[in-house]
Amino acid sequence: MLFDAYQTDSFHDEMFHADGTVRPEARLLLETLQSLGEGHLQRSQHAAERMLLQMGITFNVYGEAAGTERIFPFDLIPRIVQAKEWERMERGLVQRIRALNAFIDDIYHDQKILKDKVIPEEVIRSAASYRPQIHGINPPGGVWCHITGTDLIRHGDGELYVLEDNLRVPSGVSYVLGNRDLMKRTFPEVFEGLRVRPVDDYPGNLLETLQSLAPESCEDKPVVVLLTPGMYNSAYFEHTFLAQKMGIPLVQGSDLIVEDGIVWMQTTHGPRRVDVIYRRIDDDFLDPEVFRADSLLGVPGIVDAYRRGNVTLANAPGNGVADDKVIYSYVPDMIRYYEGEDAIIPNVPTFLCWRDSDRQHVLQNLDKLVVKAANEAGGYGMLVGPHSTKAEQDDFADRINANPRNYIAQPTLALSRVPTLIGDRLEGRHVDLRPYVLYGRQGIRVLPGGLTRVALRKGSLVVNSSQGGGSKDTWVLAGDDNGN
Amino acid sequence: MATDSRPLLSRVADSLYWMARYMERAENVARLLEVNLHLQLDLPLDGNQWQPLIDACGEAPLFKERYGEATQETVVAFLAQDREYPNSILSCLFAARENARSVRETIPSEMWEHVNGIYLRVQEQYAKPAEELSPEVFRDLRLSGHMFQGVTDATMSHNEAWHFVRLGRQMERADKTSRLLDVKYFMLLPSATSVGTPYDDLLWSAVLKSASGFEMYRQTRGTITPRDVAGFLVLDPDFPRSIRHSIARAVDSLDVIRAGFATQYESVNLLGELGRELEEMDVDTMIRSGLHEFLDSLQLRLNAVGAALQRDFFALRQLTQKQKQTQTVGAD
Repeated sequence: MLFDAYQTDSFHDEMFHADGTVRPEARLLLETLQSLGEGHLQRSQHAAERMLLQMGITFNVYGEAAGTERIFPFDLIPRIVQAKEWERMERGLVQRIRALNAFIDDIYHDQKILKDKVIPEEVIRSAASYRPQIHGINPPGGVWCHITGTDLIRHGDGELYVLEDNLRVPSGVSYVLGNRDLMKRTFPEVFEGLRVRPVDDYPGNLLETLQSLAPESCEDKPVVVLLTPGMYNSAYFEHTFLAQKMGIPLVQGSDLIVEDGIVWMQTTHGPRRVDVIYRRIDDDFLDPEVFRADSLLGVPGIVDAYRRGNVTLANAPGNGVADDKVIYSYVPDMIRYYEGEDAIIPNVPTFLCWRDSDRQHVLQNLDKLVVKAANEAGGYGMLVGPHSTKAEQDDFADRINANPRNYIAQPTLALSRVPTLIGDRLEGRHVDLRPYVLYGRQGIRVLPGGLTRVALRKGSLVVNSSQGGGSKDTWVLAGDDNGN
Repeated sequence: MATDSRPLLSRVADSLYWMARYMERAENVARLLEVNLHLQLDLPLDGNQWQPLIDACGEAPLFKERYGEATQETVVAFLAQDREYPNSILSCLFAARENARSVRETIPSEMWEHVNGIYLRVQEQYAKPAEELSPEVFRDLRLSGHMFQGVTDATMSHNEAWHFVRLGRQMERADKTSRLLDVKYFMLLPSATSVGTPYDDLLWSAVLKSASGFEMYRQTRGTITPRDVAGFLVLDPDFPRSIRHSIARAVDSLDVIRAGFATQYESVNLLGELGRELEEMDVDTMIRSGLHEFLDSLQLRLNAVGAALQRDFFALRQLTQKQKQTQTVGAD
């Protein structure tokens, strides 16, 4: 049977205790899975993959021929989160986003946190994602982090940690909604008896968030658009998906024009004014007049319109400063500084290579640590010590010595595992979790669940879609573990 | 359009229009191939009807260069499978899908999934050698084309975006029907004045079937004569693939698109004029004055309308020339 040879090995398993007994919140799921006929799960899995292709739920892979679309592999066994644990995660995320938002606002205004020497000024000035051009801008409602996709992991000690904050243009939420839809279509029987919190209201909440932060001068119902780099961007499916579910136009840079600090979109009946732009283009490419001059994807003059308060950009340009992995290590200090509280969800312990003592430790333990470039995302620019060769370690040692500011290191985390269908049986695979947080004028809301990413290769700890990762549905239970 | 309706991006309107045209084009090619494959079964062994298909598509020189002689195998390979020929079924479906993909947020998921599904399925079906493609796969695509229209009409609000879809479909139909008739009429005409062969009816029926019009023709015209076939395909007010009907529906859509805007649109004038002329035209005048000349000028005028649509609605205008918000009516 499916679970006959299942081993939790020495890892924290989201479905089973270390002694092999099922966790209470997963008992109903286990019983349902065990009652399925021979081959049912594989057939459902194949049906789900066909459906993904038919629905065009795909991503584009960079470096392959233009227009190469792949489905994001999907595994049918969900990850379950208890109501009580979720409640704590939610509080932790709200606390964290509030502090990060205060930090970014402070950095682009008075920089009190630097004056008070909580964070060394040098760390900010040397951050590649710090944008001095943004200084002094007041985004509507004081909100910088409209949409955040925080990456959480559970370590072998059973504790949750924040791995990354992703305050720029986090992606993946469309898979959360797509996965749920797919689960309900291919596998309705597993929902029976469980009270899984719905995720369908995300697009509505996102639209409300964006509308609520329109410029104060906007008197009519705000015109909200989603700005995409275009069809060949890896996340294009998500851009179309969100625009469609929100019922807003999906625009490209060439559809927009700025004149006298006002943004217009080109329609069949002439220009129409735009009030809020949910932009899925990185800062660098957003406005060739302010950032990279060679960008063809952006809109010249858009940052000026933003500065004048005529248009809202979500997320706010400049947020990336807090995504810098060195600055990340100060988030617990920010929470204490701005909120007067201890962080509810801790950071992963981080060694900063620009500190001499940390660097010595990192260089001596390259075979044990995970080394990351401070300004990279998506699993790029990373060394997983225990899975690396001596040559790769030497290469990273050279890079660290050449530019210590750009590297951090963390212990190799024993990410928790979830049973995953591999061939005709279930095996444990490592996962992380990316919940999505919306910050509007009315406050901060967390989508119950989020994207559970799974490293499908045996033993792999890298969950990114570009590196052989897949995803799972995430079930946040309402009520107690028995679904009551 | 009411002013509180959602504004439609020029780029999106352009893609909707071309998505519809390419879907319609693929369906038309499939119908031509299906009818011809059936026709072959009824013709004497030396009755090669494959070259006329190439002529009807206006591609004789290109075809000759790439494939040489027109046989079932080469024509199917060219019109159905050739990815380098931009108007083959596969190329059209690819283009329709790319256009649909670029407007996924504007069309209902059902429409996108349908276009995507057709493309994925046809790509698989057409991977076989040309001689193994049966009339069934072309019938299948024809039905998918009808279904696309059904899904479009039943799931999409009949808003400005929908009218651009319909405009594209009707423009393509008018163009394809005129090409089909132009080529076939002159090819078959000599036998109409002479004694006629037992195959005349068969060949004229095939022309009608190529426009899915055989049964509807019978209901209003009865016996098959070249004059009535031409009259039916060009001037019938009710048959959905007649040129007159297609242009009338295109005029309707354009009227909805421009309603409420004071701007003078060249495309509206050109298309309206054409529609009125077709309404007043009588079949004998049309044939007396030269059907070929008539159809030739019709195609030039359709091209002119296409170019005007591009200028009026799809092209990005300079902002300095804009009249910001030129609506003449208020929100309803």
